[in-house]
Amino acid sequence: MPFSLFRTVIRRHHDHGRPHHHPHDHSHEDHETVRSGAGREIKVVRRVLDANDRMAQANRRLFAAHNIFVLNVMSSPGSGKTTVLMRTLGQLMPDLRCAVIVGDICSTLDADRLSVSGAPVVQVNTDEFGGDCHLAAHVIERAAAELPLDDLDVLIVENVGNLVCPAEFDIGEDRRVVILSTTEGEEKPIKYPLMFRLCQATLLNKIDLLPYLDYDRQLALRNIRQIQPDMSIFELSAKTGEGFDPWIAWLRSQIAAKRGTAKG
Amino acid sequence: MHEMGLALEIIDIATASIPADLAGTRVERINLTVGKLSAVVPESLRFCFQVASRETAVEGAELHIEEVPVVARCKQCRHEWTIDEPVFRCPACDATTIEVVSGRELDIRSIELEDKEEKGQ
Repeated sequence: MPFSLFRTVIRRHHDHGRPHHHPHDHSHEDHETVRSGAGREIKVVRRVLDANDRMAQANRRLFAAHNIFVLNVMSSPGSGKTTVLMRTLGQLMPDLRCAVIVGDICSTLDADRLSVSGAPVVQVNTDEFGGDCHLAAHVIERAAAELPLDDLDVLIVENVGNLVCPAEFDIGEDRRVVILSTTEGEEKPIKYPLMFRLCQATLLNKIDLLPYLDYDRQLALRNIRQIQPDMSIFELSAKTGEGFDPWIAWLRSQIAAKRGTAKG
Repeated sequence: MHEMGLALEIIDIATASIPADLAGTRVERINLTVGKLSAVVPESLRFCFQVASRETAVEGAELHIEEVPVVARCKQCRHEWTIDEPVFRCPACDATTIEVVSGRELDIRSIELEDKEEKGQ
């Protein structure tokens, strides 16, 4: 039987066809007095993240209007996001105008590091938003208002270090990339399938450490492909720069595909 | 970890779903569907909801969470199956071009209001 995403499960208030744990007992006389056919059940059928999804679409329209390619970079804490971005910005910025929105629960340490690149950087501290473990679409909207959108080609969002929550929140990006490092263990894709399922590329960072680690590289690659067979995978070291060329080439091709001709 | 944010969204949507002529009626239940591929821990969500719904129109409501399995369909051979292990590859033809049919839900299906007439008459 086909399993539709939009199947409707309507539960009546007095539905006796399922086990229920009402704290109070209804007698069947009570049941008879219910006059409304709906049994006071109000159908809603809305995505819990509806508000976020709508804001993400608004962001997407805003970025498209300015012909800006948006990359959402996610990973666990300590995988090397900021170092990867430093080197990535260095290779894009001669000819592409880049900006960064960086999310952390607190501190401006990452923004301080990234601003060395010369790109405009907006640090978002989510402790203002309840210490959130991800960047939501409305946070990106506010941060984007701080940026000179007319003068940008690429916006990179360094999400909060976390492999769980950022996966659920569309921010209006064009591409999603997850960074996995060789010090994290090979099984991460299996433990966090949604993240790896939704990303188009994985950067396997810190390959310079492989000689010193008991790390099964092939197993890590197999695990990634098990979750997302079409994943583009780039093995690299943000520290030495090894393996960066294919990643930058891929990223440039994605940017060109979105933007077509450069803005004048 | 982001369950508090989700709880706040649920409170907003459920509150806005109470019909104007039934304002003030106690909400007994909020029915949710949560896909197994979504990054939600039902126990955390219930806890956050309980805390965040205090002094709102949905205070005391039970969150009824129906978990939806991850179902995939092969784009090549149309085979459809339930994913129990994290392997996204067609078990029938080994194709990797599959679509996830269900399992990402995070939906409010309905709210159930207390039936005042039962008690009042």
